[in-house]
Amino acid sequence: MSAVTDAVRVAPARNPVSQSFRDSMVVAQRNLIRMSRIPEMIIYGLIQPIMFVVLFTYVFGGSMQIGNSTSAADYKNFLMAGIFAQTVTFATASSGAGIADDMHKGLIDRFRSLPMARGAVLTGRTFADSVQTALTLVVLAVVAVLVGWRVGSNGETDAGRVLGAFGLLLLLGYAFTWIGALIGMSVRTPEAATSSGLIWLFPVTFISNAFVDTSHMTPWLRHIAEWNPFSATVQACRVLFANPGQSQSDAWPMQHPVWASLIYSVLIIIVFRTLAVRKYRSATA
Amino acid sequence: MPGAIYAEGLVKTFGDVRALDGVDLDVPEGTVLGLLGPNGAGKTTAVRCLTTLLRPDSGSAVVAGIDVLKDPDAVRRSIGLSGQFAAVDEYLTGRENLQMVGRLYQMKAKPAKARATELLEQFDLAEAADRPTKTYSGGMRRRLDLAAALVVSPPVMFMDEPTTGLDPRNRQLLWEVIKQLVSGGTTLLLTTQYLEEADHLAHDIAVVDHGHVIATGTSDQLKARTGGERVEVVVHERDDIQPASEVLRGFGKGDTTVEEHMRKLTVPVTGGAKLLAEVIRELDIRGIEIDDIGLRRPTLDDVFLSLTGHLAEAKNDENGKNDRNDKKEAAK
Repeated sequence: MSAVTDAVRVAPARNPVSQSFRDSMVVAQRNLIRMSRIPEMIIYGLIQPIMFVVLFTYVFGGSMQIGNSTSAADYKNFLMAGIFAQTVTFATASSGAGIADDMHKGLIDRFRSLPMARGAVLTGRTFADSVQTALTLVVLAVVAVLVGWRVGSNGETDAGRVLGAFGLLLLLGYAFTWIGALIGMSVRTPEAATSSGLIWLFPVTFISNAFVDTSHMTPWLRHIAEWNPFSATVQACRVLFANPGQSQSDAWPMQHPVWASLIYSVLIIIVFRTLAVRKYRSATA
Repeated sequence: MPGAIYAEGLVKTFGDVRALDGVDLDVPEGTVLGLLGPNGAGKTTAVRCLTTLLRPDSGSAVVAGIDVLKDPDAVRRSIGLSGQFAAVDEYLTGRENLQMVGRLYQMKAKPAKARATELLEQFDLAEAADRPTKTYSGGMRRRLDLAAALVVSPPVMFMDEPTTGLDPRNRQLLWEVIKQLVSGGTTLLLTTQYLEEADHLAHDIAVVDHGHVIATGTSDQLKARTGGERVEVVVHERDDIQPASEVLRGFGKGDTTVEEHMRKLTVPVTGGAKLLAEVIRELDIRGIEIDDIGLRRPTLDDVFLSLTGHLAEAKNDENGKNDRNDKKEAAK
């Protein structure tokens, strides 16, 4: 028992940036260990997008018109960028639920009483969620190839462009986990975080170019879809994959999708990270 | 010189509710202050203000010599907090939980690991160290939570209702740990709704109600303020309650309270041991068989009742539940 009295000195404050990174990694590690102990969460997280791939490919494929083509193969190649992008945004719900759960169980109180970087609890969680998102993307890409998805032939695209597309997808996913973090800090229960984390994702992902050709939409809806941040990433992926059905619209994000995707994602991170961390600082369980 | 924990005029409102309405506290270094009060009295809010989790609307606080409002980061390096819920990650093992907390106290990986092992031994968790804490009992989780608060042996500790919901055995165990901690020189602020707990652990007690500190002092001082001794009699037969009550009326300085199902009668008296002997004689003459009789000094329950006009709530208290409910009835 004498150990209690042996004072263990706390290291003095260090450079805030490196401390913030280090603390975030400690929290990320915690969340990754946690996820690895709940494998069913990862599996369910995979089943949903795989189901979307199969359903959209075989149910919608053949009855959808992409550009001037109604071929099922074209729709399949058109669809995958949309499914990928939709999948990465679903990480919002899991990060929101995780953070709400930490609030609920009093863990946030513990973290807030420790001499750790203020944003680290949320940053760590969003990092861990992004690792899971990356894993999901790999599995999903394999499934997509299995059902017949192909990127454009050599000359149209290359390995660097394809990897770049996945990079944009990860960045979008990371940005959306910060929206989840804010939701998680704002609701009272993990259940509420899950449902409120998902509900708004449906209009965001459906009023877009993800599953249909926006040129068939009524004009006002088409404008929303073309300026939707989510659409920019989908369009960027189609361009980088050299997949069919790229929007020919004059809207700026459709003309410069890679830039638009980057700008939107960074903006979302800045805004929602600021709000979420502010909420964390003044959180009351 | 102000103590290791010092607060002056703390006010915190939530909407219309004044959770803290000008709380003053002063805890000398190396002592234990028991913050005693019913649910909703403001105990937790006070702890949250002192541990930098909540910013008070007004007032000032100094913990471990550091101004809580001006330099909360430095305060966090000097305190340990064990909150109302066991704040451990249920999917992490006990060891992983402690290592994580150590690292977030800015320890390096190796010392954090060594410290975790040490604490697991100390808190009798070594065997369960590598199991997810989900599999722990309530008492084990509580111990782990306390261990987490002690990772850096902070000079000042806060514990918010540390034994709420624990069975008597685990409560005893935790009390032992707390006593050893304090004998090592730690300053501790402990909130509780168990009067017995404050009596047992705290040097000084501050009674809180509706956001005010309504009384402070040692347990003995508070009891002396309430004054009065009581004779408590437990009769053998239920039928003897009535005649026994008549006997007590002759000696008592107030109304006799009866706890029917326990066959227990209580009456305030003056006169000490001599009077007790007379009571026993009189009961004997009337042929009333007794199971137990004694002279009782006031408990903190009585203190609380006389200070606030209502009893401390005793939710989740399996031990004293019936007993206290009865007293509540009697008090009406």
